[in-house]
Amino acid sequence: MFKKPRRKIYALIFVLPTFAAFIIGFIYPFVKGIELSFCKFQLISQTEFVGINNYIEAFQDESFKSSFFFTLWFVIVSVILINLIAFFVAYALTLGIRGSNVFRTVFFLPNLVGGIILGYIWHQIFDAILRNMDMPSLVTNTSMGFWGLIILMCWQQAGYMMIIYIAGFQSVPADLYEAAKIDGANKRQMLTNVTLPMMMPSITICTFLTLTNSFKLFDQNLALTAGKPYVDGIWQTRMMALNIYEVFYGESSTAKGVGQAEGVIFFLIVVVIALAQLYLTRRREVQA
Amino acid sequence: MAKVAAKAKEPKVRKKQTLGMKLLTVIFTVVSVFYVMPVFIVLMNSFKTNAGIATNLYAFPNAETFNQFSNYIKGMTFANYPFYMSALWSVFITVGGVTLILICTSMCAWYIQRSNTIVCKIIYYLCIFSMVVPFQMVMYPLSKTADTLHLDTPWGILVMYLGFGAGLAVFMFAGFVRSIPIEIEEAADVDGAGPLRTFFQVVLPIMKPTFISIAILETMWIWNDYLLPYLVLKKGVYKTIPIHMQYLNGSYGQTDNGAIMALVVLSIVPIVAFYFACQKYIIEGVVSGAVKG
Repeated sequence: MFKKPRRKIYALIFVLPTFAAFIIGFIYPFVKGIELSFCKFQLISQTEFVGINNYIEAFQDESFKSSFFFTLWFVIVSVILINLIAFFVAYALTLGIRGSNVFRTVFFLPNLVGGIILGYIWHQIFDAILRNMDMPSLVTNTSMGFWGLIILMCWQQAGYMMIIYIAGFQSVPADLYEAAKIDGANKRQMLTNVTLPMMMPSITICTFLTLTNSFKLFDQNLALTAGKPYVDGIWQTRMMALNIYEVFYGESSTAKGVGQAEGVIFFLIVVVIALAQLYLTRRREVQA
Repeated sequence: MAKVAAKAKEPKVRKKQTLGMKLLTVIFTVVSVFYVMPVFIVLMNSFKTNAGIATNLYAFPNAETFNQFSNYIKGMTFANYPFYMSALWSVFITVGGVTLILICTSMCAWYIQRSNTIVCKIIYYLCIFSMVVPFQMVMYPLSKTADTLHLDTPWGILVMYLGFGAGLAVFMFAGFVRSIPIEIEEAADVDGAGPLRTFFQVVLPIMKPTFISIAILETMWIWNDYLLPYLVLKKGVYKTIPIHMQYLNGSYGQTDNGAIMALVVLSIVPIVAFYFACQKYIIEGVVSGAVKG
């Protein structure tokens, strides 16, 4: 397609705009971010190389550790709940029950609304419910905040995953079920020996998406609890993304280098977990 | 995956409804009602006075608490920054960003897929890599870069969106280009069309489904994005809807729930209208976007 003599010109026309923006918007900040994580700085123009000091400080930072465990716990619960709900709703909606399309439309709807607005809406709703029931409010009780976030996430994400699972169910070839039926398989055997193996690609994708979405959760966290309550010097419901943000831009921000180091650690955790998960579930995929 | 799903669409013939299926319909109807409840509650409260909202969030507006449209009128100019300006900037950034991403990344993806040099492969893998990097890792250098290059305007931020959104778009476009038989392009070449003409008149029309999918995914992302515009745009001068809402919701603004509820309704309406207008494409977009895992 691209003949040698004029190749360079076309490379400029086709690739340069995207690549230039990619360098400005991603590559440069990424490289600079790694560099800054080894520096002490307040302004980006005055940096001082301090080696791995920032990383040592990050690991000693109590709020960073607490945000890590809060996030981890949140990720485990939300990934399991969202996928279970989405899987079974998708299963039910592919049985051919009346109104399937309407239900599908309704369940997908919350995905279109941004995290900030969702956070606000649910904040109002939870507040009113908890006040009526004389229970501690979302921002004064850690476990209320936690379950509030879980409910919000399930409400938002289940519909999205359901769409992917529905596509998965619909792509299982019908003759496999027929063959299983002839071989005398009952309903449960069909589910575990035909449907589940054939659904592994969808399961891989959905776990991957929920895993990374939950890990990187920021907007909903900020709008729903903003990390409150503040107990023993730690913002109890602050997740990792919000915690890093606060280290950078919060009122008591003195050590931006530490924040950047925490950003790098956060990145490594996300990459390792995503890769491990892809490896584990990909292994179980089969070809039809 | 999208193709398989499209082929396997449910048969037009209505299945006979067994008792269990009828029961499921009933259960799902109830769940659906609860599902849309939060949005409905907001809609209801956007017509109530603040006192009415505070006493009972779940009550319908009555003679005493009904506020007509005054929440909407108030919300428009509430808290030093007019809401319609935020909405305008949101629309501008979303439309501009999505258009820029679609045109630039489709060209880029086609070139790197077809010329297939080592540099192109590196760019391709960098794009994939960029999809897993959390924003918090790059946010500080990114916002400083934007400041230095004076990209802190709604025009400049488009470059940032192109750069940060390129990963997914290039990946999806490149995947699609791989499935287009190269003979079509070779025929165009023999007929005397240059690469530019081949791309815009031959390849682009073939890519239409992917175009729509990516347009949908990027629209949903940019319209709802909070942190990137918040960090990049000049503070106080430019706002988008999410920034506006967080400002009102946070401790900085005076909290006026009635006005906020009205604005929530106003910011949900366009996206819901968009959803009902192109629901089919959105669903397909989500499914084909999912292969990025």
